[in-house]
Amino acid sequence: MDGDRAPLSRPPVRRQGGAGWRALTRGVPLAFLALFFAFPLAAIVERGLVSGERPALDVLADPLTRDVLWFTVRQALASTVLTVLVALPTCWVLGTFAFRGRALVRTLVTVPFVLPTLVVALAFLALLPPGLERGWAAILVAHAFFNVAVVVRVVGGFWARLDPRVSEAAATLGAGPWRRFREVTLPLLAPSVAAAAAIAFLFSFTSFGIVLVLGGPAYATLEVEIYNQAARIFDLRAAAVLSLVQLACVLLAVTAATRLEARLAVARHQRPERDVLRPVRTRGERVAVGAALGSLALFLGAPLAVLVERSLAVGEGHGLDAYRALFEPTAALLASPWEAVANSILYATAATAIALVVGGLAALAIAEPRGSRVLDTLLMLPLGTSAVMLGFGFVIAFDTAPFDWRAAPWIVPVAQALVAIPFVVRIVAPTLRAIDERQREAATLLGASPGRVRREIDLPVAGRALAVAAGFAFAISLGEFGATVFLARPESPTLPVAIFRFLGRPGELNVGQAYALAVILMVVVAVSVFLVDRLRESRSGWF
Amino acid sequence: MSGLERVDRRMLYAAAAVAAVVVVGLAVVLARGGGDEPTEVVLVTHQSFVVSDDVKREFETESGLTLRILQTGDAGAALSRALLTAGNPEGDVFFGVDSNLLTRALEGDLFDAYESPELEKIDEQWILDPEHRVTPIDHGEVCLNVDLEWFEGRGLEPPRNLGELGLARYRNLLVVQNPATSTPGLAFMLATIARYGEPGWRRYWERLRANGVLVVDGWEEAYNVRFSGSSGNGDRPIVVSYASSPPAEVIFRSPRPEEAPTAVVVDSCFQQIEFAGVLRGAPNPSGARKLIDFLLSTRFQEDVPLSMFVFPVDPLAELPPEFERFAVVPEDPLSLPPEEIAANRDRWIREWTATVLR
Repeated sequence: MDGDRAPLSRPPVRRQGGAGWRALTRGVPLAFLALFFAFPLAAIVERGLVSGERPALDVLADPLTRDVLWFTVRQALASTVLTVLVALPTCWVLGTFAFRGRALVRTLVTVPFVLPTLVVALAFLALLPPGLERGWAAILVAHAFFNVAVVVRVVGGFWARLDPRVSEAAATLGAGPWRRFREVTLPLLAPSVAAAAAIAFLFSFTSFGIVLVLGGPAYATLEVEIYNQAARIFDLRAAAVLSLVQLACVLLAVTAATRLEARLAVARHQRPERDVLRPVRTRGERVAVGAALGSLALFLGAPLAVLVERSLAVGEGHGLDAYRALFEPTAALLASPWEAVANSILYATAATAIALVVGGLAALAIAEPRGSRVLDTLLMLPLGTSAVMLGFGFVIAFDTAPFDWRAAPWIVPVAQALVAIPFVVRIVAPTLRAIDERQREAATLLGASPGRVRREIDLPVAGRALAVAAGFAFAISLGEFGATVFLARPESPTLPVAIFRFLGRPGELNVGQAYALAVILMVVVAVSVFLVDRLRESRSGWF
Repeated sequence: MSGLERVDRRMLYAAAAVAAVVVVGLAVVLARGGGDEPTEVVLVTHQSFVVSDDVKREFETESGLTLRILQTGDAGAALSRALLTAGNPEGDVFFGVDSNLLTRALEGDLFDAYESPELEKIDEQWILDPEHRVTPIDHGEVCLNVDLEWFEGRGLEPPRNLGELGLARYRNLLVVQNPATSTPGLAFMLATIARYGEPGWRRYWERLRANGVLVVDGWEEAYNVRFSGSSGNGDRPIVVSYASSPPAEVIFRSPRPEEAPTAVVVDSCFQQIEFAGVLRGAPNPSGARKLIDFLLSTRFQEDVPLSMFVFPVDPLAELPPEFERFAVVPEDPLSLPPEEIAANRDRWIREWTATVLR
């Protein structure tokens, strides 16, 4: 197979495009990040470091800090490994077979990812056997529950476009299925696994609600500790130091992951899914597919079923009382729950648009042969940053007219976009990077300008990936809570904010309404992601 | 070739146009959101703040001001955020400093003094700041709640005071919140300090620990999941919650029960007063003072029980029937001076953690 990749004498290709193109693809994302991430974060860290009496090094030397850091790293690594292991069988099914309901699997797997962690943690408490409902096992299982979507969608989607002829060639040469998987498929998949694992790691690393509830008071991540210091104890110095520690860890992890991903990237022909996927043929395959999907359905379905059951619980029996109560005026919100649904969709749409423009441009810059690896790393940082510190940063950075944006409604989708952009980049860039360079070279030799190469080779691939990214960005914006709760105006709450409000009030009907809204959020996410995925399907003919 | 280059440019222009539209759109939204309306008064508060629509409208009609409410996180986070912006506030009035955090707010120089004429009717016991930088608005005691049905079903008497929680018959029945992460958890720890003093309170917690106290991080988990008397059907019939929780268990059940399924252990209650103040540097100070007056008006005071599940400080305010029947207003709750709390809070939490969790 290596002979296949004999060095071609490469014509000097001016692939970078003009200076304007470079300025656009790099400048817009950098400016966005500088204004809405670096500037506010720097403002709050600076305020923290110059305030207070305690020398900053005290915080670092505190054995408690060391314990928290050590726990945070270990649980994040373990959660990531578990998440990938749980997801891989489903990735194989989605990457290999065409079957009815395939789109539905992709959709349903996304639902847990965007549910508010507090609600899910409470569902897990009810589900896990006594004795195991708290501690390491509970934390890891819950993290896998949330993040399995990332791996299934990123790796599964990538797998479904691997040119099957490579593997078929290996089969012709006598390689068995296991050897083909190990020596052909896995190396080709590796960059997407690295990309997905990096995101799963970041989410586990900065876990908040899960660790609070399922860890119990004996466990704390850096994120939890930063929140305690900033919001409860108001020790901004400690919060700032811990934020810097967290940022350094995240930077390290992301740099390692992007390097790994770039090193693993292998150019290959992308194929449309319809050329890759095949029907389930043998009985063995049927059993394997059934087992993979069945166990995942059980793993993801059980906590969701608890949520549904809780939303229907009325006293000792069941009924629709909580759902009916959603139509009555409530004191828990300054808006009706249905307005929260509408707000969520509105905000998430705006956030998706911002994330697609900024993330799409960044992906084009990052995927270039000597692409901007720094940009790639920088865009991941918001995922690993404490929401409370960023929220506080917004408040002190944008506090002077005419730039007093503290109560501006558009700040919510901007904050949501910060979290969604890395996903857009993760989904689009690896796809672009995997375009066989020889395809571009051939086009150039045939006389195509850099612009035409971009338009006819890069953009169709990017467009399809962008559609996938849009679905994910929309879902993640719908579910975003940490930053939204800080920035959303009370007269326009989002669904997760409304759920949190109901959960904070005593009385059966309030709790019931919280669970009912969580179920509605599940449905909204499922429907919207399903629609976007349909869009993607109809566009796969571009190639 | 030149034709193709033009295509390339066209694409570049299109992309630039998209970017320009985004920027211009942002600027337009910005320009609209930026202006300060002199006819508006902004109440900065925590996420538990609620006011009925008609009460809000009444204030707006009377004052000629639009009341905008800005909720900025839980009680701790909202105060922290207000302290961050002290002098250049996000609004005119801050509501939601409780007595446990009062000193932090005053030391942060958050408020301008204002002595509302409405204060005349208010009992002296609620006024903790003689300079009137903060005005008391409501009080909501943190108390042990018990699941009456659970105790009845087992022929057991619910505990009558803090001391009894250490008895063997209440083993593994109590769930409390971590005082480091929860406001009611902090209040309950303070209740034990107020009752047993130093260092007796630590010995008390050693007994609770030996008797199987369960510690969770937040009220939501403790009350909604672990407590047996709420919808979560947990296995702990004693929980730290509020004096106003029993009426909520009546109002928010369908169908409404005849009797409250839960009750308060009066002896365990710890006083929490909630204050509001005119933010220093408020864009609309006169509107802010009107708003403070309104928060003390009988109209608003009668709204707080059912909207926020707290008790009014206004002695003239009538309690709703559910509160008259099912809520207990503790006559003489436990309390500690705010300065003492401020001076010792962090140390106490560390000692509590060492005693109960390590």
